[in-house]
Amino acid sequence: MTSTDLTTLNSARDRLTSDGSVLRLSETEAEQKSGYQAPTEEGLGERMIMNMGPQHPSTHGVLRLVLEMDGETITRSKPVIGYLHTGMEKTGEELTYLQGATNVTRMDYAAPLFNELVFSLAVEELLGIEVPDRGQWIRMLMSELNRMSSHLLFMATNGMDLGAVGMMLYGWREREEVLRFFEAVTGLRMNHNYIRPGGVAADLPGGWDEELSAILDIIPDRLAEFDLLMTGQPIWRDRLQGVGVITAEEALSLGATGPILRSTGYAWDLRRDQPYLKYDQVEFDVIAGSFGDCFDRYSIRLAEIRESMRIVRQIIEKMPEGDYRVQDKKVTPPPRARIDESMEALIHHFKIFTEGFKVPEGEVYVAVESPRGELGCYIVSDGSSKPFRMHIRGPSFVNLQTLPHLMKDSFLADTVAIISSVDPIMGEIDR
Amino acid sequence: MSDAETPSIEDAELAEESEEEVLEEELPQPELLHGVPVSESRGQVVLHPSREEYVALVSSLRELGYWMCIDLCGVDYLGYGPNRNLPEGVAPERFEVVVGLISHTDRSRIRLRVQVPESDPQLATLFQIHPSVENPEREVFDMFGIRFDGHPDMTRILMPDEWVGHPLRKDYELGRIPVQFKGASTAR
Repeated sequence: MTSTDLTTLNSARDRLTSDGSVLRLSETEAEQKSGYQAPTEEGLGERMIMNMGPQHPSTHGVLRLVLEMDGETITRSKPVIGYLHTGMEKTGEELTYLQGATNVTRMDYAAPLFNELVFSLAVEELLGIEVPDRGQWIRMLMSELNRMSSHLLFMATNGMDLGAVGMMLYGWREREEVLRFFEAVTGLRMNHNYIRPGGVAADLPGGWDEELSAILDIIPDRLAEFDLLMTGQPIWRDRLQGVGVITAEEALSLGATGPILRSTGYAWDLRRDQPYLKYDQVEFDVIAGSFGDCFDRYSIRLAEIRESMRIVRQIIEKMPEGDYRVQDKKVTPPPRARIDESMEALIHHFKIFTEGFKVPEGEVYVAVESPRGELGCYIVSDGSSKPFRMHIRGPSFVNLQTLPHLMKDSFLADTVAIISSVDPIMGEIDR
Repeated sequence: MSDAETPSIEDAELAEESEEEVLEEELPQPELLHGVPVSESRGQVVLHPSREEYVALVSSLRELGYWMCIDLCGVDYLGYGPNRNLPEGVAPERFEVVVGLISHTDRSRIRLRVQVPESDPQLATLFQIHPSVENPEREVFDMFGIRFDGHPDMTRILMPDEWVGHPLRKDYELGRIPVQFKGASTAR
């Protein structure tokens, strides 16, 4: 299903804006009201304002929740963020377009290549250049592998949050296989700065396809073990099924994208619905759930790992020969070998890395489907070599708004399952 | 001399005609889409409603299938050159609020750029139409100091509540702010 109608949508929206599931308290108010609240004359029962996080093992970093409890039940809640705010959008205005990728890659640290990709796509759109085919296919290969590693990390943390402690190790072990490949290609396990405006930093190393095929042979068996350990387990199902339910209309109204929106049965995936790179040339299924609960969000991510492997296999077969970056002298530095023999190449190299390249005036918004949903980048250029404004639409930042609605009337013990199923990455939320 | 090198009279006439057509098309006309000035940026459609038209426009776009407000952010154009890519009749102001809408019926996107003056940095909220703007609007308030009328929780979101200034404004001084810690008696 990818359709709904306006009437259902409007009623969902009106429910969301009026049901009061968001606890809108200022910092000082929350402090004054924290702890036990005796029943008031206004008809409220006894209430307790509780603070969860920012230092809490299951808040995925530094997410803080202020919860209003009625006994064990959550009546209202509010996520409090900003503990990891480092002003990356402001920093982005001080860095050249070439340095920009190093900055954005640190936002969603579980899916760094997507940040680089969306930033590079936006810059290329402003420049009006097109990356050669091989560059595009390499980008697609790397982002699909990154989707796998990100979802494998989710498997690990989600398992541990719910008490399947062994999963932490298994998830990390499988993710490490992918990260090892990243290290071979980019030199780093994370924060690669590999996808850059104009293409990618380096070509794939020799024997990459065999190395990759070896990984693709290992992981399916391991995923079958995940199924054995979690999917089929009655305890696992009891903890997740029917917990944190959201409808498609609510998700649309709250701006939720990615596995949260798809878990409701609404199959919306930018890779298929607004194709970028070469996604129109590979075959894959968009996985959608049916109940919109934590279990659907878990199984969608598990299935998406398998879909990503299917895409990666096709990419290995179809990888074209050619250049991995655009040969536009304004954007691309000369090859390393040329620098040793040519003074002009040295100057050219120096100019690009110190001054950077100039980008024509204009503004552009580009979006890709990251493992967490729509990752967007809005850049305003004033014609200089640094962005005038660089804004990242972090999927986690927007998805976080679903939390109070998912948690309303659920038990405190379920908050852990619900937070985990939203898969927030604080680096991206706070930026 | 072959025929290919000498353009015939007919060809020249045709060329003249097509040039005239192009000139006619390029005459400045205030182009409208959904009743507001429209421009194009790298192939993306951008609408430029006034502050008064803004909420009604988003509301009617929602009826037309733009069900999702995907993004809302602010831009401070202080110090930007004269070429803002605004259509005729839209006066540039210091601040801009940029809203991204996405249509789920025809899978298209549309962007709104609303001019917000420095002297009166406020705008009506979209919260009642798209609850998804709650956090983004708080972020714009926090970072640019643009108030959204009717927003249920117009507080800072990323910076601490007692913070002074709006960091993403272009005139916000960089690097000279003492680190503010809650309850600390002196700045470090």
